[in-house]
Amino acid sequence: MKSPIYFDYAATTPVDPRVAQKMSECLLAEGNFGNPASRSHKFGWEAEEAVEIARRQVADLINADPREIVWTSGATESDNLAIKGIAHFYQKKGKHIITSKVEHKAVLDTCRHLERDGFEVTYLDPDSDGLIQPEKVAAAIREDTILVSIMHVNNEIGVVNDIAAIGELCRSKKVFFHVDAAQGAGKIDIDLEVLKVDLMSFSAHKIYGPKGVGVLYVRRKPRVRLEAQMHGGGHERGMRSGTLATHQLVGMGEAFRIAKLEMHEEGKRIGALRERLWDGLKDMEEVHINGSIEHRVDGNLNVSFNYVEGESLIMSLSELAVSSGSACTSASLEPSYVLRALGLNDEMAHSSLRLSIGRFTTEEDIDYAIGKLRGAVEKLRELSPLWDMYKDGVDLNSIEWAAH
Amino acid sequence: MAYSDKVLDHYENPRNVGKMDADDENVGTGMVGAPACGDVMRLQIKVGDDGIIQDAKFKTYGCGSAIASSSLLTEWVKGRTLDEANTIKNTEIAEELALPPVKIHCSVLAEDAIKAAIKDFREKQS
Repeated sequence: MKSPIYFDYAATTPVDPRVAQKMSECLLAEGNFGNPASRSHKFGWEAEEAVEIARRQVADLINADPREIVWTSGATESDNLAIKGIAHFYQKKGKHIITSKVEHKAVLDTCRHLERDGFEVTYLDPDSDGLIQPEKVAAAIREDTILVSIMHVNNEIGVVNDIAAIGELCRSKKVFFHVDAAQGAGKIDIDLEVLKVDLMSFSAHKIYGPKGVGVLYVRRKPRVRLEAQMHGGGHERGMRSGTLATHQLVGMGEAFRIAKLEMHEEGKRIGALRERLWDGLKDMEEVHINGSIEHRVDGNLNVSFNYVEGESLIMSLSELAVSSGSACTSASLEPSYVLRALGLNDEMAHSSLRLSIGRFTTEEDIDYAIGKLRGAVEKLRELSPLWDMYKDGVDLNSIEWAAH
Repeated sequence: MAYSDKVLDHYENPRNVGKMDADDENVGTGMVGAPACGDVMRLQIKVGDDGIIQDAKFKTYGCGSAIASSSLLTEWVKGRTLDEANTIKNTEIAEELALPPVKIHCSVLAEDAIKAAIKDFREKQS
């Protein structure tokens, strides 16, 4: 078995070999290397054809019109283009935006930036399951609200928002609705003919495509207009200039094509692996799943092992590539803002671990991880004064801690 | 983040893990930090009639550097007088373990822990 074993598919995925093959055909002199914008020769025409096939493949997975697909460099750029693009184009109608506290930083930081530009932003609290209740969105919409931006699937806890219901109410109030679906595409069915979503962000590298490419879906009917963020040759109908990176786009197209074919079978397999993992852990004392179990993508398990600190847990799990809900490793001592927003106390947020399972995870990997996790938690609890106190029946909240 | 070999050694094989009877009049207990901040250290010393630290035990909830800092400290204080132990500086711990700047607070916490344990012992005696 190769060590460490990868359990971080929510951070990124390896490129599927079928995708890598398609990409490699668009690089060399004997391959399809032309500039898709070159209209005067065969190199350009062939590259353009490859790009348009990829555009259709992306559109097919989400039941959209290929003309609604705008290529970007990734979901971060898509989020920026959607939110700033709407804000600046429609600011005469109003300057109020609604989002949630558990969005990806690409949404939160973009909103913060707009606040400095005179926009007003409402940050909604999730419920204790991590979900954004549609009624909360409805209650926050005002006369001057121009945009609601709510994620499809949360990147840390994997919970799935009811974007159908939120979309209905946004449409009824004539407010644009943007959804960051980087973690949802290829895992959950997305039908943009049915969903009342105006803008949707996608990434290739979360579903076995390459890094550095993404898509913003921009609805044609009813029409959505954007102020471009990148100016230049007027590519992508003026919404996003820049030479199209044929190999990247072809890679994203192939990844989305494979997802459409295999996602349901794959979801069942991955869901069973997640069950196996949780079954191997749930009899331990003081282990809790963070976020809704019912409304959750198949591959995500976010657990808190109470009285164990996350960074030391990761340190003792060097054979497993997992992610901590505590951001200590990035030099800040802040626990995850997502888990805090769920109402978890700091120690539970510090004690959390995200394991995300994907296409190349095996049963053997899961069984190995269960053994390692149980051993590490046991070892660290032996070392933990908090575990001692818990075992002695001391209420940790009754102690006056000296915060430092 | 890359950990130094010494941090890894103390983390893999922590010295003097354990708990003493906090009510024993020869035992001083120092508990510092807070769960909300991600680290809590409990350091205990047993002091002989000659004022020399005979034994030390710790338990730490925290990152690898915090565990290593407290483990190292228990090794250092054994056999020292209270006054000697009281002069141990966090910078010595940080240097010995080659802690990176973001982990200096772990060594500060260890220094606070021994000072608190000595204070607790002295208060019991007086």
